[in-house]
Amino acid sequence: MNGMVEKLSTLGPEMCLLIGGCICLVTGLDRLGAVRRATVWVAALSLVCAGFLTVDFEAHDHGVFRVGGMAPYIKLIVCGVGLILLMIAAGVPMQLRQTVQAENAKDFEPGDILRGEFFAFFLFSLTGVMLCASADDLVWLFLALELTSLPTYVMVATAREKTMAQESAVKYFFLGAMSAAVFLYGFALIYGATGFTSFDMIRQTAAMQIETHGAITPMLLIGMVLAVIGVCFKIAAVPMHFYAADVYEGASTPVTAFLAFTPKVAGFVALILLLGLVAWFPVDGEFVQLPPVLVALLWIIAVLTMSVGNVLGLLQKSVKRTLAYSSIAHSGYILMGVLVGPGLVGTHGAVGDGIAAVLFYLPAYGLATIASFAVIGCMRRNGEEADSFDDLSGLARRHPWLAWIMMLSVFSLLGIPPFVGFLGKVYLFGSAIQAQYIWLVVIAVVNSAVSAGYYLHILAACFFGDPDKDVQRYPAPGRRLGAGIAAFGCIALGFLGGWIVNATHDANIPGVDKSAAPITLDDSDDQVSATKP
Amino acid sequence: MDFQAFLQSLQPLLIPAMILFPLAGGILLLLLPRHELHKICYGTFYTTFITLLLALTAAGVFDWERSGEVQLKFDLNWINAFGLRLEGGVDSLSMWFVLLTTFLMPLVMLEAFTHLRQRTGDRAKEFFFWLLFAESAMIAAFCATDLIFFYVCYEFTLIPLFFLIGVFGSTDRKKAAMVYFCYSFTGSMLMLAGILYVAWFNTTLPVEELVATGALAADTRLALPQLGEWTFNFNHLKEAAQYMDGTQQAFVLLALMCGFAVKVPMFPVHTWLPLAHTEAPTAGSVDLAAVMLKLGSYGMLRFALPTAPIAVVDYAPFIAVLCVIGILYTGLICWVQKDLKKLIAYSSVSHMGFVVLGLFAINNIAIGGSVFYMLSHGLSTGALFLCVGMMYTRLHTRQMSDLSGLGKQFPVWAFFVIFFALCSVGLPGLNGFPGEFLTLMGTFQAPLLGWPFALAAGLGMIVAAMYILYFVGKVIFGPLKIPTDTSHGPIETHDLNFKEICTLAPIAVVCLWLGLYPNPVLVTVEEAIDPIIIPAERVMQARLEAAPIETADGSNADWRGQTLAANAEGGEP
Repeated sequence: MNGMVEKLSTLGPEMCLLIGGCICLVTGLDRLGAVRRATVWVAALSLVCAGFLTVDFEAHDHGVFRVGGMAPYIKLIVCGVGLILLMIAAGVPMQLRQTVQAENAKDFEPGDILRGEFFAFFLFSLTGVMLCASADDLVWLFLALELTSLPTYVMVATAREKTMAQESAVKYFFLGAMSAAVFLYGFALIYGATGFTSFDMIRQTAAMQIETHGAITPMLLIGMVLAVIGVCFKIAAVPMHFYAADVYEGASTPVTAFLAFTPKVAGFVALILLLGLVAWFPVDGEFVQLPPVLVALLWIIAVLTMSVGNVLGLLQKSVKRTLAYSSIAHSGYILMGVLVGPGLVGTHGAVGDGIAAVLFYLPAYGLATIASFAVIGCMRRNGEEADSFDDLSGLARRHPWLAWIMMLSVFSLLGIPPFVGFLGKVYLFGSAIQAQYIWLVVIAVVNSAVSAGYYLHILAACFFGDPDKDVQRYPAPGRRLGAGIAAFGCIALGFLGGWIVNATHDANIPGVDKSAAPITLDDSDDQVSATKP
Repeated sequence: MDFQAFLQSLQPLLIPAMILFPLAGGILLLLLPRHELHKICYGTFYTTFITLLLALTAAGVFDWERSGEVQLKFDLNWINAFGLRLEGGVDSLSMWFVLLTTFLMPLVMLEAFTHLRQRTGDRAKEFFFWLLFAESAMIAAFCATDLIFFYVCYEFTLIPLFFLIGVFGSTDRKKAAMVYFCYSFTGSMLMLAGILYVAWFNTTLPVEELVATGALAADTRLALPQLGEWTFNFNHLKEAAQYMDGTQQAFVLLALMCGFAVKVPMFPVHTWLPLAHTEAPTAGSVDLAAVMLKLGSYGMLRFALPTAPIAVVDYAPFIAVLCVIGILYTGLICWVQKDLKKLIAYSSVSHMGFVVLGLFAINNIAIGGSVFYMLSHGLSTGALFLCVGMMYTRLHTRQMSDLSGLGKQFPVWAFFVIFFALCSVGLPGLNGFPGEFLTLMGTFQAPLLGWPFALAAGLGMIVAAMYILYFVGKVIFGPLKIPTDTSHGPIETHDLNFKEICTLAPIAVVCLWLGLYPNPVLVTVEEAIDPIIIPAERVMQARLEAAPIETADGSNADWRGQTLAANAEGGEP
């Protein structure tokens, strides 16, 4: 019981968001329009409060403010990016919203209209991500992952008029349920192999197995493999990526932006925590690396994910689908960092810590992707959501600001210096080189080059095409502002990313003892001395 | 006295100011209202002109006695944890390229002002913004002494050209812009992987051990404190790369060459260039031909040659073969071109083949000639593109079949065309000659290449004379023929106006000066070249002495010498 109370006391930010979500449910249903309109502000306020609570808890623990762990880092990122996502979702002017709200509730379309439940689900999903980050038990992790996903199914389905949204919601739900079954099966096997659900105890059991047998038992390994494949659904990695393009296309654009970021963060956090159960801790003073089976699995998934994402991205006609495949490809890059793990951190500086690179890349990728989806969300063709490359044609002539936002985010995704995406790629690729995954880096580099094809296609449409009269800008100032902030973040973090780098470098993964990581690189020393006489 | 001290303290700011000034000017330009064309034009011109003055000031402050040293250094922290710094400075090599860039830019702008509305519509300020952006990026790339900083600027030159071609180009602009970007980006991503690999190798260097065994001189260690740490400072990486074995260096050279060869462009990867040139607006073509292509060869010289000396020595003949094929093959392609811009574009490929051939001859004469050739090619090809552009704004065609005998109608224009064409062919007394001659002489003397390469490249000069004279004869002499098709706009038949003469005359003067008195460039550049070729020369030396070292007991041979000897033994093809 005491353990429970202690645990709850660390969950201030999560509880804050949960309460905020519940209040949104109430205010969204209120009879008074003024109260209904306040829903957005309630959501924003709870995000800000959660951010402050995260900082405050950290300051309380460490005496001074410092982002000293993966959980608070992820929580802060979620609060920050969550605010931008909220701006994009809520950026519809008052009059438009009121009239439609008053008329009838049937034509709900989250890109155009606001309803209380939408924000409640929004906050619940973010709560799920935060809970993932602070998970220390398999059951907890499972529940947190589901809390992240379940609201998103509803968010996709809320656009009632669009059949495509219904279709994608159903697809998303069933495939999501299947993936949940897969990783739950994996969790069950892990439990069966070790007899515990608590991360600490599993880790100790795994350490004992390694100590006695030299490796973890096959049952634990199978459990891990299943869990990893199941979590691949959340990060839209091959072979669980099939839903991504359809769902991203069918969902309303602000929801798509949300989907491209939130479940992905939860998925990667879960992946890091799960892999930390069987590796990255010292046994007999030696640093345990991932078992070869998992290394091979992650290597193959990473390569397939980035290649499939980029190649299929080239073939798309819809901008949203293109960006969906781009987000799949980015999952592949990020998996490189997961594969490298936190090991091999020498005295050489930050590069080499794959997990830190993942943590850095997540907001970098998130900001750029969100900005690009938000720009698409600002355009309408005859009242319908803009989607094709033609709809973006001549954007630079008619709405230069939107076009420049698109340009910044696309260059950041492409990894052009000095935008933050470039730093992220240097971080990831550098870590992979340091871990001697040279071929993986070469494949990733070629993939980045391939991705230039479709990213430039987007830019070519925006800048080189002629404007189309049927395409109008949707009057959504908040959405434009959100896009602008996200794009500005891509530049600003490109120059001032040092703070985040330090934060990610400090971010200790619970249970993973970095101090045990080998300081010098024995292999490479041999390599150098081999050339000596 | 105080004033002197004050000026001294300003020196490190000179280069950053020169880099940032055009960019700042470009951003201010974007804030002007779009219909005020006059203000936009004057703003652009003065921005580039002041940048030129800054560059001249830098050249004045620069101590030419110590021209091999990096001077006017600046150093800014970017991301500490990655070892990313914005570090730069100029030696004589960089200085000459900076001068070339800043000298051409105001002239390019001057040319762009005529018929501005016709060419750019209401997007003039965007046009000039991208040009100024490109200028900043190019200057910064030539000044960078940190590999990642160089890479950043190198990538940055892609973006403005992408938009200049894509937005302001002619009919097939979209495809040209995409092809250009994709080609260059693919190459430079591979280059990034190579750079990261070298940086990683540096972190694995057992520095203390090397110092203890005497393989690494103690004063070198003191001069390079970050050896063995995560850094991208080129001096450190260059030193670290010397400890790589032949295979590792071969991969690094391959990665770097992927990036640079596309930019130059060398023979098999040159296909983007004619497309990009024909579609680009004149200002873009001039930028591309005169300066951006040089970034590729400059990168090879500055970064590839010293980083991977063993691989360079191993593979120099292969690269030289590609160069020779490029020279002859693209020279012959020039001969059958019908489009004027395409002809000059292909001639660029052919000429750049000479440049790269000279670089991989690895001796002072050839590389000095090659650097001189880069500068003079920038001037003469840039000027030829300007000439073609001027004619295109009058007659709206670039097809040679539509044009003939223009010398009668446009005598001043014809004078300049013939002048720059002769520069480009390498007539003695003009700027093309010293570079071409020295490159060939150096190639002839190079132990790695020798006379077959010099002979083959010499044939290239004859081909060049053929196509250039064919082009001049066809377009300028013969019966007068001017297109009558006015569908693209009214045909203008007046000769060059004062503004256009002001554009071309300064280039012609500099061409003549460089042709008659090339010594200032050659002498100052030589000192900067020495440290670049020393590693490769040492490898060649070690190969010659490989046998004695093997038989000796090795007690006095240094660590590196033995590695090289071992490599020479194992790595000889």
